[in-house]
Amino acid sequence: MNGEPAFFIDHSRCIGCRACVQACEECDTHRGHSMIHLETIERRDTIQTAPQVCMHCEDPICAKVCPADAIKMTPDGVVQSALKPRCIGCSNCVLACPFGVPKYAAEFDQMMKCDMCYDRTSAGKKPMCATVCPSQALAFVTPAEIERTRRGAAVQEWRFGGESVRTKVYVMAPAGVPAVHVDLVRRDGSPVAPRGRAPVADDVAAILGEL
Amino acid sequence: MDSGASVSRARSNLLHLTIMAKLPTDVPSLVDRFGPHPNRVPAGGWTAAGEPDRLVPTHCCFCGQQCGIQLKVRQNKVVGFEPWEEFPFNRGKLCPKGVKRYMQDEHPDRLRTPLERREGAGFVGTTWDAALDRTAREIRRIQERHGRDAFAMLTGASLTNERAYLMGKFARVALGTPHIDYNGRLCMVSAAAASKKMLGIDRAASPWSDIPKAEVVLVAGANVAECAPITTDYLWQARENGARIIVIDPRLTPIARTADLFIPVRPGGDIGVFGGMLRVMIERGWIDRAFIEAHTTGWAAVVEAVEPYTPEHAGAIAGVPPALIVRAAELWGPAKTSFLLHARGIEHHSKGVDNCMAAINLVLASGRIGREGCGYAMITGQGNGQGGREQGQKCDQLPGARDIENPVHRRHVAGVWGVDEASLPGKGLSTIPLVEAIHEGRIKGLLLLCFNPVVSLPDGNFVREALERLEFFVVIDFFMSETARYADLVLPTALMEEDEGTTTNVEGRVVHHRRAVAPPPGVREDWRIAGDLAARLGAGDKFQYRSPAEIFEELRAASKGGVADYSGITWERIDREFGVFWPCPSPDHPGTPRLYEGGRFGHPDGRARFQPVTWRPAAEEPDDEYPLALTTGRVVAHYLSGTQTLRIGALVDQHPQPTCEMHPKLADTLNVADGDFVRVETRRGHVTVRAQVVRTIRPDTIFVPYHWPHDRSINNCTVRAIDPVSHIPEFKVCAARVVKAAAPADALAALAPEAGGVR
Repeated sequence: MNGEPAFFIDHSRCIGCRACVQACEECDTHRGHSMIHLETIERRDTIQTAPQVCMHCEDPICAKVCPADAIKMTPDGVVQSALKPRCIGCSNCVLACPFGVPKYAAEFDQMMKCDMCYDRTSAGKKPMCATVCPSQALAFVTPAEIERTRRGAAVQEWRFGGESVRTKVYVMAPAGVPAVHVDLVRRDGSPVAPRGRAPVADDVAAILGEL
Repeated sequence: MDSGASVSRARSNLLHLTIMAKLPTDVPSLVDRFGPHPNRVPAGGWTAAGEPDRLVPTHCCFCGQQCGIQLKVRQNKVVGFEPWEEFPFNRGKLCPKGVKRYMQDEHPDRLRTPLERREGAGFVGTTWDAALDRTAREIRRIQERHGRDAFAMLTGASLTNERAYLMGKFARVALGTPHIDYNGRLCMVSAAAASKKMLGIDRAASPWSDIPKAEVVLVAGANVAECAPITTDYLWQARENGARIIVIDPRLTPIARTADLFIPVRPGGDIGVFGGMLRVMIERGWIDRAFIEAHTTGWAAVVEAVEPYTPEHAGAIAGVPPALIVRAAELWGPAKTSFLLHARGIEHHSKGVDNCMAAINLVLASGRIGREGCGYAMITGQGNGQGGREQGQKCDQLPGARDIENPVHRRHVAGVWGVDEASLPGKGLSTIPLVEAIHEGRIKGLLLLCFNPVVSLPDGNFVREALERLEFFVVIDFFMSETARYADLVLPTALMEEDEGTTTNVEGRVVHHRRAVAPPPGVREDWRIAGDLAARLGAGDKFQYRSPAEIFEELRAASKGGVADYSGITWERIDREFGVFWPCPSPDHPGTPRLYEGGRFGHPDGRARFQPVTWRPAAEEPDDEYPLALTTGRVVAHYLSGTQTLRIGALVDQHPQPTCEMHPKLADTLNVADGDFVRVETRRGHVTVRAQVVRTIRPDTIFVPYHWPHDRSINNCTVRAIDPVSHIPEFKVCAARVVKAAAPADALAALAPEAGGVR
């Protein structure tokens, strides 16, 4: 870690307000189209939401599966939207990304996604979403600042089954957690968490002892 | 009742309303002409190339936090926004309303000429001279025939301090009526009354910078994530520093999800929690006796009042397991520092003042107020909820938060205004009694601005009936609100960014709204309209302002020596210091971010006043016929009655229509699935909306947000009961029932959702 600002996501802070999505649309070059999105987990069971910016993988699978070689990385590790002249709209990247980031925009026949506000960050500004985020679930600060002001650990290692992915964007995890495991299915095919399990923590009836 | 019967009843009610309603033409025609139409594209379009001419640092107008924001201006049009990271309160952070607020400028629905009601046709344009002449003529006619008190004003807490001040003066000097009140009556008055009575000053006691320094933070009845989003980061800063967070709310809100302790209180059960906590604290010795001895009065009566609040009794009132209340006391009691925040959840009750007083008792008993990391605050809801109630548009107040019945206060203000003290009217009616007086025919004329009572007042059908009975009704607004449709005359006014002035944020910090652009042709600012009308009413010499800056200078003098003393504040200081906190009695005074330092309270003897509180039921508790508690509130994408935010496409898309939140246990008993249409009924009215089935609400409670009109307006259902002291309506609890319904197919339902339709 060095003194350069980096992008941090703390999902526990997210309040689902969509300021990030609304502000992304307003970026000078986006012209009303958001390059990020907000996931509602399962509103019936929880009020948890999750903002999804591009994680900017060090070895981006979206670029690797692109048959037109349309997805490029900047020297400082920012993975960009598909180049308009090259993109053939095949959506390989949409299917391959483990984080569900790239979206195919039929209106432009092009894959478009978050480029960490390259126009802003290269001019010394923060990305738009991280500037406005009212809970600072999205933060663009130095790692030293995160260490000083946040509990837990900033993690950039991910495990998808047997696959390891390292991202430029960090997520906040409990202290001592070296990598985030996002397996839904074990290698033998059995689910990690049984389906349909009632998440009791966010059930008001359970808190009232009425279940 | 089967759903067919319920639909046919809805239709017959609609028919009844259509015949009765004093609208100049039908609603779909009015919507077609005046909106709401959602604006989705900035002025000049998305593709307009080129840098803005300038960035104007100003503030968001869509809640009491008044976040700093910069507006991009090109060719006298607001074309976008840029975060303002230097402003210390929010450091660039914004909620979606702030991000998109600029879209109301250059909006196709903007009113650009005075409009006169024409039966059958709706509204037709007229000239300013004709409109102002007629308004003055009607005011004179009504006042000559029925007395000065027969004409009233209703105003708003989203007005700047300058405009709020001017409206109070206009009512008392130009109209000579005691009857002026404002929609802050629906917002801050319970908290204001409690603070004034106990601490001596009606203002948040502490700046937000004290929140991250607290060991424990208690948030009662405040959906911070949706209604004061920026405050979320302050709570998280406290949490990262090791603070414990306690949240009290009938719904598991986003901040409740990550709280250390969440108490899902029954609507109206808050005193159970506060009384129970205080009794545990007394029992276990978590009381600051030295502080109580040195700085307060009335402790013994409080000890006596909470004696019956055993955990079991408290839990029964609060509707929660007693252990949660004991745990709250264990977190709050022994802490060295703390911050208590509350909002409308405890204030919107017929016992709203008592609820707030029970919360303040907890703060005073712990002695943790008036020093670093030890704070107490109500979270202001409306844009200028704080300043709006200090400048004299409240029926019982004069500028500087002065008392209209205090002879010394009256003399001071009469002196500044250059009028005889005896000519100043006394205390007028507050909002709900004022509307009741219109309904009874005692008040016959009304000038209304910055207020949309058809959507925002409880018992909406009664409000509409009242407006129909007015002999003359004039509305000042920038859009044709649902209320303006009932007017005889509508005068088009300027937006915040087209005028200039100050507001006072949630912390008591006075901030400067700059004029980013000129108003469109045909539009006049509120202060010009007031001056033009005053001239026609023979009071022109008292309203000779050439700019809002001159009004602020007079406001400074009028507030001098009052509780809310602005006399040391200048616009230049505000700009230089990123806001100035009142009281600020002289130009060299630094302002007062933190009140009550050294345990010196706002009463003449410097002591805080404990107040004994005993729980009492709501005006209408759930019963066999209406077994559910209906509670109402806001969503993050919309502001108040939606006049502004329901015209911004991105915010409409984010939250197009209201839903009825209910727990799966309740949904199962009603045979309702997520997304089904339901009819919410109370003794006063009904709405038909889709159900949203969520585990994050009490099974005995339903929630419907209030921003929408017509058959989507939950205020058709809320109860017209008010707190005896603050006169705040009981928006947060009444008795309701829910039945499954068919998709409504009437003309109102067919409107776009932002206009009150349903999809």
